[in-house]
This record gives sequence, C-alpha cells and structure tokens, in this order.
Amino acid sequence: MTSTLRAFIVKELHHILRDRQTLIILLLMPLVQVVLFGFALRSDVRDVRLVIVDPSPDYATIALRDRLIAGRRFKIIDVAQSMNAVEPLFRQGKADVIMAFEPGFAEHLQSDGPAKVMLVVDASDPNTATTMQIYARAVTMSYQSEITSQRANGVQIIPEVRMRFNPTLESVNLFLPGLIALVLTLVSALMTAISLSREKERGTLEILLVSPLRPWQIIVGKVLPYLGLAFANAVTALLAARLIFHVPFRGSLILLLFECLLYSMVSLSLGVFVAAVTDSQRVAMLISLLVTMLPSSLLSGMVFPIASMPKVLQVISNIVPARWFIVIARGIMLKGVGLDYLWRPTLVLAFMTVLLMTIAMKAFKPRVA
Amino acid sequence: MTQPATNEPAIAVKDLTRRFGDFTAVDNITFDVGAGEVFGFLGANGAGKTTAIKMLIGLLAPTSGSAHVAGLDVATQTEQIRRRIGYMSQKFSLYEDLTVLENIALYGGIYGLTSRLIAERSSTMLETLGLTNQLVGKLPLGWKQKLAFSVALLHEPAVIFLDEPTGGVDPITRRQFWELIYEAAAKGTTVFVTTHYMDEAEYCDRISIMVDGRIVTLGSPRQLKAQWKVDTIDELFVRLARAS
Amino acid sequence: MTDPAVVVRNISRKFGATEALTDISFDVSHGEIFGLVGPDGAGKTTLFRILTTLLIPDTGTATVLGLDVVRDLWAVRSRVGYMPGKFSLYGDLTVEENLTFFASVFGTTVEKGYQLIAPIYRQIEPFKERRADALSGGMKQKLALSCALVHRPDILFLDEPTTGVDAVSRREFWDQLGHLRESGLTVVVSTPYMDEAIRCDRVGLIQGGRLLEIDAPADIVRKYPLPLFAVTGNDRYRLLLALRKAPHAHSVYPFGSELHFTDDRANADLAMLSAELETYMKAQGFEDTTAHSIPAGIEDSFIEAITSRTPRAS
Repeated sequence: MTSTLRAFIVKELHHILRDRQTLIILLLMPLVQVVLFGFALRSDVRDVRLVIVDPSPDYATIALRDRLIAGRRFKIIDVAQSMNAVEPLFRQGKADVIMAFEPGFAEHLQSDGPAKVMLVVDASDPNTATTMQIYARAVTMSYQSEITSQRANGVQIIPEVRMRFNPTLESVNLFLPGLIALVLTLVSALMTAISLSREKERGTLEILLVSPLRPWQIIVGKVLPYLGLAFANAVTALLAARLIFHVPFRGSLILLLFECLLYSMVSLSLGVFVAAVTDSQRVAMLISLLVTMLPSSLLSGMVFPIASMPKVLQVISNIVPARWFIVIARGIMLKGVGLDYLWRPTLVLAFMTVLLMTIAMKAFKPRVA
Repeated sequence: MTQPATNEPAIAVKDLTRRFGDFTAVDNITFDVGAGEVFGFLGANGAGKTTAIKMLIGLLAPTSGSAHVAGLDVATQTEQIRRRIGYMSQKFSLYEDLTVLENIALYGGIYGLTSRLIAERSSTMLETLGLTNQLVGKLPLGWKQKLAFSVALLHEPAVIFLDEPTGGVDPITRRQFWELIYEAAAKGTTVFVTTHYMDEAEYCDRISIMVDGRIVTLGSPRQLKAQWKVDTIDELFVRLARAS
Repeated sequence: MTDPAVVVRNISRKFGATEALTDISFDVSHGEIFGLVGPDGAGKTTLFRILTTLLIPDTGTATVLGLDVVRDLWAVRSRVGYMPGKFSLYGDLTVEENLTFFASVFGTTVEKGYQLIAPIYRQIEPFKERRADALSGGMKQKLALSCALVHRPDILFLDEPTTGVDAVSRREFWDQLGHLRESGLTVVVSTPYMDEAIRCDRVGLIQGGRLLEIDAPADIVRKYPLPLFAVTGNDRYRLLLALRKAPHAHSVYPFGSELHFTDDRANADLAMLSAELETYMKAQGFEDTTAHSIPAGIEDSFIEAITSRTPRAS
C-alpha cells in the first residue's frame, strides 16, 4: 500500500510545516538542549578560589603559592594566619579551597620529616571537588619532585585532604537539593499551567469570569491547592532524603520549609503566567516545560557547576529561580548556615515571586479577548 | 464502479449483538438495506446507534450474530469492506490545514486511486461544487460538509455511512446536502445515514428507530406514520423514546 | 421596570479579517423569552459573549439591565446567569459538587436558590453523587441550567443549550424555560433548531453576522412575501428537479415528506397557482401529485430571508 503511505507522509509534512508554534518548539528545543549540554558538560575547572593559611610564611610556602597561581587554575583570594580567619569565607561560599601550611613548613622540609599541608575542599559538589583536589595535588607534587631532585633527602609533602561538607562525597547530597527543586517546580509550575488552561479549554473559565469573582481570586483559588501540594511534596522529599539517603541536615528545618514554600510560589506564578498567555493545554505544557524544567535542571547548578559554565550562561543562571533555591538548600542542609548567610538568595526569591505574580495577574485578563 | 446490479441487499444484518461486559449495547438487531436505498438509522443518544455503525464499518467486532456489507462479512473481511465503503461524520470530515486538492489527493492515495484518476475527479468535484482550491479551514461549515461528502464518494463506494452529517448547518445548506445524497442514491450508491433532525427522516426511503439497543420499528416514513397514527416522524420518535 | 432588559445598538465585531457581527441592534423586554436563531458560525456565541461582558465590541453599545456591558462589567456579572455552549461543567466533580461550587462562586448557597431551581434540579437530584461526565446529555443540560440559576440571576443567557441533546430532552428543556418565564425571569437563548423558535416570545434570525428579521414568530411567518405550496408525490428527487424548471419557480426545497414550492408572483390567486402547478407536474409525467397552499413556517421564513439577501449565483 505504498500510495497510502506516501499520501500520509505528504500530509504529515504539510501539518508540520504549517503549525508554526509546534514547529518552533520542535526545532528550538533540541537546539537549546544541545547547546546547553555542550557547554555545561565541560568539567574542567578554572579560577578556583583559593585561600591560604600560612602561620609562618617562608621561602617554601611562598614558592608553592606562586606555583599554584602560575597555572591560572587557582586564584588566591586571601592569605591568613589561622583557620578561624578563613572559615567564614568558606562557609559563605566565597572560597572553594583552603590550603593550610603547618607552622615551620620549610624547616620540616629541610629536616627530612614530612612537611604537611592540609587541603580543605568544598565537596558539596563532588565533581568540582575532585578536580580541584587533583590540581592542587599536581602542583604540590611537581614542586616536591623539584625540591627532592635538588636535595638528596627525598622529602615528602603530604596533602591532607578533607572534604569539608561532604565527607563521603555522596552524590546524593549533591543532587537532593536540586531534586527537591525539580519536584517543586513540576508540581507548582507545570500543574498550575495545565490546570488553568484546562479550565479555559473546557469552557468553565467563561462561567467563572461571568461572576463576581475577580481574576486574582480565581488565580488564588487555583494556586493555593497546588501550594499545599508542593509543601506536602517538599516534606516527603526531605523525609526521604533523611531516612533513605541519610542526607545530612545541619541547619534549621523550619527555615528550609519556609524556603521551599517561597520557591513554590515563584514557580506557581510562572505557571499562572504561562497559562494566561497560551490558548491550549498542549501549548501551556510545552512552554512551561521549556521555561521551568529545562533551566531548572541544566542551568541551576544542580548537575553542572555554574562556575564551569561560560560567562553568558552564568549570567543567565541568575534569573533561574532554582539556582537560588539550590544555594539555599545546600547551605541549610549541608553547611548548616542560617538566614544570616542566606538572606540575599532569599530576598532574590521573594522579589521574583512578587514580580512574577504581578505580571501573571495582569496577564490574566477579566475578558476573553 | 459502484456495484453490479444484483438482488443481494447492500447491507444484510441478522441478530447482530454487541456486549460490553454485562451491558448489551446492541441487542439482536435484524434488517436489510437494498442497493441504492437511502436508509435512515435513528435513535436517541446512547440507544446503540454508534456501536451498531462501528460494527458495520468494521471498527468493532460483533459479540454474536452477523452482518454483511456489500456482500462482505464484517467480522472476517474488514479490510475488503473498508475499500468498498465510504464514511463521513460531523465530528471529523477533512483536514483543516490542508487545501481542498490536498485533501482529495490524500483520500485518493489512501484508497489506491491513480494520480490521473485523482486529478480527473478533483477537477470535476471543484466544478460541481463551485469551489476554488483553498484551505479547508477557511470554508464555511456548510461547504465543508458538502465537500466532505463528495470526498467520501471519491472512490465510488458501494455503501456510504453518514453519521449526523448536517449538524449545526443553516437550513438551505442542509437541503443542498440532501440533494447530494439523492444524487448519489440515484447513481446506485446505498446511503446509510443517522440524523437528529426528524424532518430529514422523511427524506429517507426507509427508517429504523433504535431504543435501548433494539430496533423497535422499521419501515418507510409513510408506512410508519399510518401504522402508529402520527403526523410526523418527530412525534413517533418522541413517543418511542419516552417509552423507554 | 419599564426599561428594556437588554438594549443592543449597532454592535459590530471582527476577528482578524472575519466579520463575526455586523451592525446588530435589538431590544429584549423584561420577562420575555428572546430566541436568537441561526446556524453555526452565524455570530450567536460572539453576541452572547459581548452581552455577558466577556468580549468588547469594536463598535456600538449594549446595556444589560440598564448597565453598560463595557463600563459596568462587574455589576453586570453579578446579576446574570450564563450557560455557555457544550455545558461547561466540571466532569470530574459530582452533580452536587458542581452546584455547590457555582453557588459559592456567587457568594450564595444551594439552599437559598433551591426554590428557583427545584423543578429542574429535582429531576437530577437522585443522581447527585454521580460525576458530571457520567451523566447523559439531557441530565448535563439540566445540571448546567441549575448551576446558572442557583444564584437567582435577573436575566439568563443560554448559548445553544439544546445542541447535542435528544429530541425528548429538548422539549422538556423548553417546558422548563416556560416555567421560568412565569417567575419573571428574562431569558435570552440561542439555538440552531428552527422548530424551537416558535417557543420564544420574540425571535431574531441571525446568519453570517447579520440580523435578518426580529419579531414575534407569528408575525415573522405572517410577513412571508410569496405564495407557498406544499407538493407531494412519488419520486421526490426527480420531482424536485422538474419543479425547479417550472416558470415562476422562486424556490423549491424538500421539507420532510413534502416539497415546498414558492412562486415569484407575489399577489396572485392561490387557487389558480396551485392548479397551474398540478397541470405542470402532470405534463412532466408525474402521476399522483398534489399541490396545496400552506402558511409559511419559521424555516420557510428563514430560508427566504437568507435567499433574498444573497445575490443569486445564476
């Protein structure tokens, strides 16, 4: 029946070429995915922010320091005399690696005993952590071999690596905050968008409009159940994280739940906006996937570290709400910090909520056309 | 060509039954439709009409009983049947984002017509209907329905099944549609039609009324009106449907 | 209340290049059933959306219960009951849940509106636990009507409430509308079914975005301009074609078991014309035919209204 087949193929080509909306999405989506994956997959790390703890600087420590920055992989952002001075930098996420020389480093080197240098790496992101560790080790090892070749004594430098916030380098710890973000995004944005546009398609929205209900009331009525649902999802996910994966929980649970709610509201607003400007469920679903799920999984730092993305994407990631939520969630769960460190990302999320909600309400006209 | 002139009925149904679990949608219906007849198949929503039609066009297998369309068995010869029948419904007629000619080419291709034949019949159809080639979506509803009917006849089927073809159309277009039906019947095509417009029931040679899966009455409109002592088929329908 | 319940003046509305409504004007009085009769695509839904404040007209004005549909939209919305086409109900909610929801949307309760909806709702009340999408067409219709009425509106707009519903339910529905009218409710209803037109107090025939006629059904048919005959005979299709070729044939259309023949000689003597017809048919070889003059029906009037406004093709 080749004539049938041919006839159908011709028809399908016509359909595809004439449905502009779907055509654009079909063409763009793979393109976007390829581009994002291509960039984000680069796992080498540049410009690692290094902090030096050097209680007694001497020629050896200074030489090592110079070597570290010579390769352009590391960039020294502070030098201090004790660990206490640099801990806050680490916690605030302003430093990626601490290199702490023991006092009297050069002496130990000369006197044959191992000269210890401790490497502390922020391992809440295992990919980057391992890479940074390898670089640091490489530089010190090459220095060591130089020194050893100059003297006959075979001195060793033992890097003591301690993964600060993720002692067992569990990937789960890395992914979980991101997964929570995805779950919340799914429930809030996607479902709200579908629910609202289904109302449109069914025709019941018309009846709701021809009533004393104001658009904002309709929106709130639709959105609240999903907020509740998102909250329940967050609780379940956190329970699972704790009980099944034993993900650490170093910070305040209440703060985390509050941030989950805040993040849900951002996603909900996005969902409402998408539903307000689209005509059908199908389109609403596709678009909300495009603007919520894709960026949330690829550009938020959940899987691929933001630091290793090209500058352009790093800038763009600033407007991806999930990025801020992941910073917050990781901070609370893995680093145990509180609002005093996280007030900035929280404020960003709050601002996004207000902005998106206002836009969404305005887009939801009280008339059909 | 339509079909050889025989005395065999175009549609022969005997004790046709279809059950879904313990629900009997079609309950032992029996009737014949002669070649070139216009047969009206009436019944309220849920009476079993759609299920019966699906069996006749080979989309659904009967639970028991038999049916033959254009001499072919609906249970065993569904492939051949599909080539000898046409189908048109209110819900689906033509592809809105294709032009008239593209739609004709599609259906022609599906039914295995040669391109020369398709080209011939396309130009005849446009002429007869008085249409210029354009996107079907741009045509008013009435034109779409008339076009859909003509396209369903493209491969000159022996029997054509019409499922509520005139819903929502203005009164003039409705009647023009029925003139197309008459023309087709005059050429020997058997027309099997369902409709909600009871005045259209009067246009048929014979009608049947289905209630709760059974055929409760069958005959020409004139016969039935005399038999049941009503003035219009509408009255008859209301009486029978209410009784269920 | 002496002002008309609905006042429409020169309403027009386009969608892209399509003129959905062109220069529509009419009034609806309090307590009457006004029917908007016309096929799909005539503009009925567009007009309804304008009157229920969902759509803004391009030109013209409209008031409902004295309130402007563009400026006073919130006031209008709290006082109308609206039933859009295809019974927009929540299929996954039960009958009772649907009704309670729509009551709450208007800030009232089912109890408060029960008296008004009772004659209709009582018929589906036994099914109140059933999900709305499991209802038959007729029951969905009753539920949709109950939901539109439960907040006791002052005016009802029903957009094609009888489409897709069997003949029995259609009749029952119009019986119910009659009862509602008795309680003083104004009802504006649209329908593609010509036979429902006679159940309205006044009717507007609408086609292609234009109002062809507005009047009480009895007056519309009384104004039918040409002699109309019902012709019966065997071999109806050939008879139809032959009659079209008759001299002075203005239009010939099938109407149920008869053919309706209109003669273009407006004031001629009917007996003479029918005799002429019978002679003509015999001459064409048709036996057993009869022709007698009949008063026009709504459908005849609609057809004539469309025909006289469309330029003849050939």
